[in-house]
Amino acid sequence: MSQPVTPTTARADVIIVGGGLMGAATAFFSRQRGLSVILLERDLVGQYASGTNFGNVRRQGRFLPQLPLANRSRVIWGRLPELIGEDVEFLPSGHVRVAFKQQDSARLEQYAQDCKPYGLELELYSGRKAVERFPMLSPDVDCASFSPLDGHANPRLAAPAFGRAARRAGATVLEGAEVTNITRTSEDFVVETAKSQRFTAPLLQISSGAWAQKMAAAFGENLPFTPKAPQMGVTEPVPYRIQPVIGYASWVEEEGVYLRQVKRGNIIFGGGQRGTVDLVAKRARLDPLNTVRQMPHLERILPDFARLRVIRTWAGIEGYTEDDLPVMGPSARIPGLYYAFGFCGHGFQLGPGVGATMADLLATGQTEIPLAPFSIARFAQPSAQ
Amino acid sequence: MDKPVVIVVGAGPAGTRAAQTLAQAGLRPVVLDENRLQGGQIYRRQPENFSRPASKLYGASARSATALHTAFEALLPHIDYRPETLAWGISSNQLLTEHHQHVETLPFDAMIIAAGATDRIMPCPGWTLPGVFTLGGAQIALKAQACTIGAAPIFMGTGPLLYLVAWQYLRAGVKPRAVLDTSSFKTRMKGLSGLRHRPAILAQGIRYMADLLRTGVPLHAGITPVRVEKQENDTDLRVRGVTWRTARGQLRHTEGDAVGIGYGLRSETQLADLLKCDFAFDALSRQWLPVTDEDGATSQKGIYLAGDGAGIRGADAAESAGELAALRCLADLGRPVAQKEVECLRDALKPMNAFRHGLETGFPWPWKNAADLPDETVICRCENVTAGDIRRAAGPLDAPEVNRAKAFVRVGMGRCQGRMCGLAGTEILAAARNIPIEEAGRIRSAAPVKPLPAKIRGIMT
Repeated sequence: MSQPVTPTTARADVIIVGGGLMGAATAFFSRQRGLSVILLERDLVGQYASGTNFGNVRRQGRFLPQLPLANRSRVIWGRLPELIGEDVEFLPSGHVRVAFKQQDSARLEQYAQDCKPYGLELELYSGRKAVERFPMLSPDVDCASFSPLDGHANPRLAAPAFGRAARRAGATVLEGAEVTNITRTSEDFVVETAKSQRFTAPLLQISSGAWAQKMAAAFGENLPFTPKAPQMGVTEPVPYRIQPVIGYASWVEEEGVYLRQVKRGNIIFGGGQRGTVDLVAKRARLDPLNTVRQMPHLERILPDFARLRVIRTWAGIEGYTEDDLPVMGPSARIPGLYYAFGFCGHGFQLGPGVGATMADLLATGQTEIPLAPFSIARFAQPSAQ
Repeated sequence: MDKPVVIVVGAGPAGTRAAQTLAQAGLRPVVLDENRLQGGQIYRRQPENFSRPASKLYGASARSATALHTAFEALLPHIDYRPETLAWGISSNQLLTEHHQHVETLPFDAMIIAAGATDRIMPCPGWTLPGVFTLGGAQIALKAQACTIGAAPIFMGTGPLLYLVAWQYLRAGVKPRAVLDTSSFKTRMKGLSGLRHRPAILAQGIRYMADLLRTGVPLHAGITPVRVEKQENDTDLRVRGVTWRTARGQLRHTEGDAVGIGYGLRSETQLADLLKCDFAFDALSRQWLPVTDEDGATSQKGIYLAGDGAGIRGADAAESAGELAALRCLADLGRPVAQKEVECLRDALKPMNAFRHGLETGFPWPWKNAADLPDETVICRCENVTAGDIRRAAGPLDAPEVNRAKAFVRVGMGRCQGRMCGLAGTEILAAARNIPIEEAGRIRSAAPVKPLPAKIRGIMT
């Protein structure tokens, strides 16, 4: 996606560091709000977590105060082909969470009550009714919670499509632009790259995913942060029969698997234990034993899964905070500095909404979406202040 | 110290000789074989209830085949042989295998990978029709099952296998309709200086051609495939023949009911990739290969490559390379090794390298054809990705290399993980972006190396 002429120096209203889905969507929506934008991506747009995640466009089960953001994002997903001019295979085919244990079913029932005030309507199916409604499910399912307007999309396409749309809208999107140094003058952030490019802007957004912690720390805002590698896989294609995304609602990490069938026929799956990450080599360590461990749980949800063959596996590089919530919003220390990173494995659905919300902040300094729970201030150490 | 565990992957010529060398040194190697019976592809055995003699199955190589089979039988009490076993992944210092839906983890101290090769494919319109096979597939049908791919087959491509398979079919009583070779006579002459390092093999090849010509099989050189034709009846998708261009550009059609296609071989390198061995671009074969020294040692400690999986040199070279890699492995494990033997094997392999150079020069992969394939030509048959899709990835979607193209348009994403389409797909991408092929990259390997049943038992640690 590198542009024909690489500027060696340029100034804009905002510089976005990191071209994942968050950065690319922010670039696009910032252009819509009339800001001039430079997006700097170290490698290729959407290459890491944004391009390798499961592709869930799921609202149910989220941290409740995150639902306004997720709802906003869902509206944008629905407008996507028109908005960005490219199809990213968004299928609003619904999302099912299944529970096998009564205590897990009770949590699904509670959540279905609690999310109503946020405008999320779920359908609950208990016992036999679950299999009647979703015949592909195991008869052992105790409860199925269905979110009819959720769905899934192709993560390999989404972030690059936003990047191209941002460029068509006039943003400068530079790939292969590794940021090596950020300083702040009285009015501007000065961002330098490994190719000795130098960019300046009064506003800066850090959305470099698993690599963002170091950049935030450089601004005196460190936080406990762990990169992890969620593991995905895909089966051979079979006739398209499974419309909704299906997730195993369990609070045991290893059981928490999920799957979706794409129209091409393959079933994509993920979940369970996460692998480790080498941030320097930029490689996720995929452990094929985790794939083996996923199998019985996938079969437990979808008995026919056992008749298929797995043809490929992969892992991504995602950043996790201690409380499993992202860092999103203004810096608590530096005016003009904004963060959107650390989405803890649930950022894909939020991506477009994050882009629109960050554009609100960058353009006006405020947004109607409540972001307090995601402020980096929650990690501030009293002694460091 | 306990006996070190050495795993040999593959039981063809290289794997068998490697295992034999390790066993002679007092080790008990684990030998993993995807096949049901030892022998690899070239010396593949027929089912037990078949009774064709070796001379019929292996022709001029009958003695080598029998010797390898016999050596292996004698070896069985001294090795841990695991037929029908897929080596599919690496987890830390363990190899993951699958056998009849049982998964096992095998810790190892060293591994010799002798995974062999597959046909190298340059797609053309119609190559996915029923009735089109790879040359290797056409040969296996004959060798293993005494079946032919058709009653009037056409063989198209380049390389020695093209003539060998055509000749084997002829001997089996099925006269090929034509042998269509993309290499010209002039090109083949350029390979001669390398090929003459193995005069017996060269003479064999000339004999195959002579036999084919004498029985009236037309041999055409310097051709360009245009398309494999299907029956005109819309409900019958079977092959009707091949349309091709002569070296002078004239359009020709050859009728036939089956087509065998192959352009030499490509190495199977996924395990070496999963083991993080360094790869380098090999300009001779225009593909990325694991880096090895002359003994087969890779950049990773304790990992060795032997046979066609390390570069195509054929069965005889594979036997020497298997032995040499095993000796190197033993030396690295601190076992005594006769240096003279090592030198002897190194010397034996030198003419093989020259021969390989001759093969790639004389029967080159027609990579330039990729740029001219019509947009609608299917390249990745697992995912039904066309040349046009790859060009869209290269152009409007701006994929700088093949893994990015894979992410955008699914080329190489299917069952075979790009083992069949990867080389041609990368050529199309490079041509569309007008970049050297080595800049277009190589498809990264991922577990499972081959499809893995979801219903697996065994370890659940």
